[in-house]
Amino acid sequence: MATREYSFYPGCSSEKKTSASNYMVSVESMCKTLDVKLNEIPDWNCCGASIGYAEGGELPRTVMNARNLALAEEDSPGQDIVATCAACWLGTRESHERLGKDETLLNDTIESLKEAGINYEHKPEKNIRHMAEVLIEDIGYDEIGSHVSKPLEGVKIAGYVGCQTNRPFGIHGESYENPKYLDKLVETLGADPVEDYDQKVTCCGGALAFSEPEKSQNQIKKILESAYDFGAEMIVTPCPVCQMNVEVYQDQINKAHGTKFHIPVTYYSQLMTVAFGGNAKEAGLNGNIIKAKKLEEIAAK
Amino acid sequence: MADEKKIGAYICTGCGIGDRLDAKQLEMTAQRDGKAQVVKTHEFLCSADGVKTIQDDIDNDGVNRVVICACSRRAKTDAFAFDGVTLSRANLREGVIWVRPDSDEAQETTQEMADDYVRMACAEAKYLDVPEPNENHGNNLRILVVGGGITGMTAALESARAGYDVLLVEKGPELGGWMRKLHKRIPDRAPFDEPMDTGIDDLVAAIEASDKITVALNSRIARTSGAPGQFSVDIATESGSTTTENVGAIIQATGFKLHDPAAFPEFGYGNADVITSAELEELASAADGGPIKRPSDGKEVKAVAFIQDVGQNSTEVGKLRYDSGAGDLVAIKQAMYFKHHNGDDCDTTIIYDNLRTPGTAGEDFYRSGQRKEVIFTKGAVSKVDAAGDTLKVSFHDKILDEDTEMEADLVVLDMGMIPVTGPDPYATLEIDTDDDEAEVVEEEEKEDGVEAENPVEVSVESILNLDYRQGTDLPQLKFGFLDSHFICFPYETRRTGIYAAGPVRRPMDIGQAIDDATGAALKAIQAAENAQVGRAAHPRSGDLSFPTFRKEGCTQCKRCTVECPFGAIDEDEEGYPQYNEGRCRRCGTCMGACPVRVISFKNYSVETIGQQLKAVDIPDEFDEKPRLMVLACENDAYPALDMAAMNRIEYSAFVRVIPVRCLGSVNTIWITDALNSGYDGIILMGCKKGDDYQCHFVKGSEIAHMRMSKIDDTLNQLNLEKERVATYEVEITDIERAPKLINDMAATIEEIGMSPFKF
Amino acid sequence: MSNTAMVKKYRNDFLREVEEKVEEGDWVRMCMQCGVCAGSCPLGDAWEHPPQEIFMMIRAGKREEVLGSDSMWMCTSCYNCIVRCPRELPITHIMHGLANYAHRLGLAPKANPTRRFAKIFWDNIATSGRVNELKLSLGLYFMDGFGNGIKKALAMKDVGLGLLKTGRLDPMGLFKAGGIKDKSGLQKALKKAREIEDTRKGY
Repeated sequence: MATREYSFYPGCSSEKKTSASNYMVSVESMCKTLDVKLNEIPDWNCCGASIGYAEGGELPRTVMNARNLALAEEDSPGQDIVATCAACWLGTRESHERLGKDETLLNDTIESLKEAGINYEHKPEKNIRHMAEVLIEDIGYDEIGSHVSKPLEGVKIAGYVGCQTNRPFGIHGESYENPKYLDKLVETLGADPVEDYDQKVTCCGGALAFSEPEKSQNQIKKILESAYDFGAEMIVTPCPVCQMNVEVYQDQINKAHGTKFHIPVTYYSQLMTVAFGGNAKEAGLNGNIIKAKKLEEIAAK
Repeated sequence: MADEKKIGAYICTGCGIGDRLDAKQLEMTAQRDGKAQVVKTHEFLCSADGVKTIQDDIDNDGVNRVVICACSRRAKTDAFAFDGVTLSRANLREGVIWVRPDSDEAQETTQEMADDYVRMACAEAKYLDVPEPNENHGNNLRILVVGGGITGMTAALESARAGYDVLLVEKGPELGGWMRKLHKRIPDRAPFDEPMDTGIDDLVAAIEASDKITVALNSRIARTSGAPGQFSVDIATESGSTTTENVGAIIQATGFKLHDPAAFPEFGYGNADVITSAELEELASAADGGPIKRPSDGKEVKAVAFIQDVGQNSTEVGKLRYDSGAGDLVAIKQAMYFKHHNGDDCDTTIIYDNLRTPGTAGEDFYRSGQRKEVIFTKGAVSKVDAAGDTLKVSFHDKILDEDTEMEADLVVLDMGMIPVTGPDPYATLEIDTDDDEAEVVEEEEKEDGVEAENPVEVSVESILNLDYRQGTDLPQLKFGFLDSHFICFPYETRRTGIYAAGPVRRPMDIGQAIDDATGAALKAIQAAENAQVGRAAHPRSGDLSFPTFRKEGCTQCKRCTVECPFGAIDEDEEGYPQYNEGRCRRCGTCMGACPVRVISFKNYSVETIGQQLKAVDIPDEFDEKPRLMVLACENDAYPALDMAAMNRIEYSAFVRVIPVRCLGSVNTIWITDALNSGYDGIILMGCKKGDDYQCHFVKGSEIAHMRMSKIDDTLNQLNLEKERVATYEVEITDIERAPKLINDMAATIEEIGMSPFKF
Repeated sequence: MSNTAMVKKYRNDFLREVEEKVEEGDWVRMCMQCGVCAGSCPLGDAWEHPPQEIFMMIRAGKREEVLGSDSMWMCTSCYNCIVRCPRELPITHIMHGLANYAHRLGLAPKANPTRRFAKIFWDNIATSGRVNELKLSLGLYFMDGFGNGIKKALAMKDVGLGLLKTGRLDPMGLFKAGGIKDKSGLQKALKKAREIEDTRKGY
């Protein structure tokens, strides 16, 4: 099978010494095994994230994403853009869709980008995809399974899909209310999916974890509680915001509510790297604040 | 028909019956107890070979009473269909092996169960005769349509298109009804976004062009007598002449009138600028493409408020208890008139409580209204006042929970639809006997009726002038509407061969009325065609049997005539029941009603059931094997038990289930006989009764429940506990509950002990 | 027409304003008041006026109450309302649009933390092209002054330490340039975009 190539949009949280740097490490390892080549968009910028809306109007936000679209096309013409961050994926895809529908917005965007010396040309056929889509649709569970050398036997994992990987676009063929792809992936890697996990699409609060910590932590508590109730030893997620929010606030929630949450929150790419035989470092396990001991043990085998 | 009755009993050992039951024993039972002259066992009775075995015996050996001991009577009906013979079914599969555990300890009682069902089927066979078509049937296939509005016109056209002659009677001077008064109608085709022309002139032209349709304008029905296939109808014209016409079936499409807006003074009707939605149609047509002007001073309307559901959906006196349903789409349509003719900046506000936009068009049309910036406000209007040269509408905004008001140049009231019917026969029926059962029926009816609790003015002039013992017009179901069941059997009324269609049946808009008219036309055609060959119409469609009575035994008590839910029985000059077979639905309610048991069908009678229950082997008191009898309605309860069997839900081996046509056909003699024979418990399972009834014969289950409420006297006389007899409503979905009711009765008997009436 | 102020609000003015000025605002009229959005919102309890009520208030012309509300600022951008709305209204976007509009007009609640965070966030990315997480969080903590900032930062110090220890926070982030290479190009493009938008919306 020939190397699969994609134009790659890593996003702000993937940079070195940022909140999801370990995500990036494991994605790189995972892609190596799967023979996927990621061509990073040169000098990509932030997507505006959802929270940018207050100050950034529709046009400025669109301009930011259009800049990435133009740079990607220039660097890797015709390739699908793949994002690992849900917000990046959503922001880019949303802008791309709007540019295709709204001629005024398109013309205004073109005019604005000229200021940066960029000539935006709208490509309606351009696909903007999440890494999960690449795994499921392009590679498939069978091929992923064929690379598993250290099955994650006996590990009970709750698949926390979250919001923006799931809504409004979602993964083709999955429902908004109960998407199953993470469970299927967990199963493919030899672990036990916690299929009854009923908070798999509950919002973690997103950016409001900063501005409305109490309300967001109530959300996170629900997400954790359900994972515990259904016997999960670990949570896996495809979203850097979900990962961070659900992992780093556990101590604060414990303090506020007298709970004793201490559950590792990992990325799918970390599970895959370990199952593919990678070591802890390659899987970015050193980046987990709450150590995924079971994964570390398997990786060390 | 052969002179002698010759029973052939055929035992199937397929579907596991042979593995679970002793077929030799069954053969012996059929022979010895069932007195079957021919007894055969086949391993696959419904196969071509099995069926041929039976057919050969019929053709060559004179078998004319066929007893199939195999699966439920509801299974394999196509295979087990033989001409010129009677058919009895012993239900060994769904009735025995599928509801009993396959264990050694259960074997004895399971076999006893099967033996009894064989005995019962043979006993029934002895008393069955092959029904022959009713000879008193008519041959007229012409359809009478009463009412020349959109429903009536459509029914006429659809009947004509299907090849039937039609007589269309309209009391007014022209066809078209309400539709003729409309400016535009709610769209009936994609994209459902704009009001469209009514097309009324084309419809009238099509009727005039049809050589199958005769139209009688300015005419009324002075008298209707007869039965499906042979109705005789007197048509009286305004000028005073009367002609008699013969028709095969009738569709009543007399439509609706609007509730009186003057009854609600708080909404300001009387002010020239407060009008009904019907009046707005005239105003819109009068504008002739220009802006719509308000009536008071001819000023162009720049703001209009639509007040929805005026006097509807309320239990208050003088208001309708129902919502007419069509008014919200009408308001959306009319708001669009203003957007079209008075400009996009004409404010149109629809104040609703529950917005209803039914039908294919509904949701799309609603969205289209929203796109055109029709404002929808959920609120309750308390008052409309004149304020200077405009109107002030005060209302409570139900979303924002605040009292507020708005100004409007014109206020449009959405008034409810009231059916145009004759008097309800059961609301006014004079009971000239002291029969207390009949009185109860009448009281029940009154509770449903509009007049009883909700004195809204209804027309009392008869529409059909039926020459029936039970009254001049069609019975009303609820709130004065003519129907017998809004969901399960639309168009059917309780007068066989007469169908209701359009807003007289339930409130509806044009699109629904057109569908209704088409459905009713097909029903009417079916009724006339069935009558022509002497068969029953819905729900025992195709049934050839009909009730007859033994005149010498009749005491003229009139119970049969009163209790017949369909008005099929009149009285002759001497006071004896006069059957109109064509009107009969074959439910047997008359048979159940008859205190002297003189009414019977050839294939369904007091004997055919009574002999079955007597054929059951009753073990003596000390055997500790009680016997329970279930009389189960064949429409819902019996299928529920069959489905329980398919799900292998077990129930007591002591029960023997006998299907009946309707619980209304249950004669209390069966209960008395069963108790006297030593049965320990009796369960009656009929369809749901009451307001949301599911009885296929409308009143049968209800009547049976009333009769059974008096069974306590019998039990007292016999010194038996009243728990021994229970009557239940069982729905077709009660597949777990029905077996549970049986098991509960078995437990009750265990508690209170065996009946002392065993021999 | 002698309309009183109360009556005037039922004459659609604010609805038109929203349709013309607010992102996806032309969808507001399509709401059918079912309330599924309110029931689907993770922070539903925190909304003084749930989305469907906001839509009704817009139709009723309650301009100040809508634009001054902190309800829209409770949106977590989870998109649950969007995927569940039977009328397919882009509710999330409308809420963002209303919040943005209120913020631009200066009518949004001044103290609302999400509004302030969102502004800091945008300024952060619009300047450097990428998020500087340390600057962003410190900016948030210190937005109420130095004393409060220290308190909040201390409350969050464990979170920060955890990220620091695992290499997920750059302690030098405050002093590094960071961001994209062509900052000036991006800034120019965004300036132009803002100008165009301001002209179109008449700010």
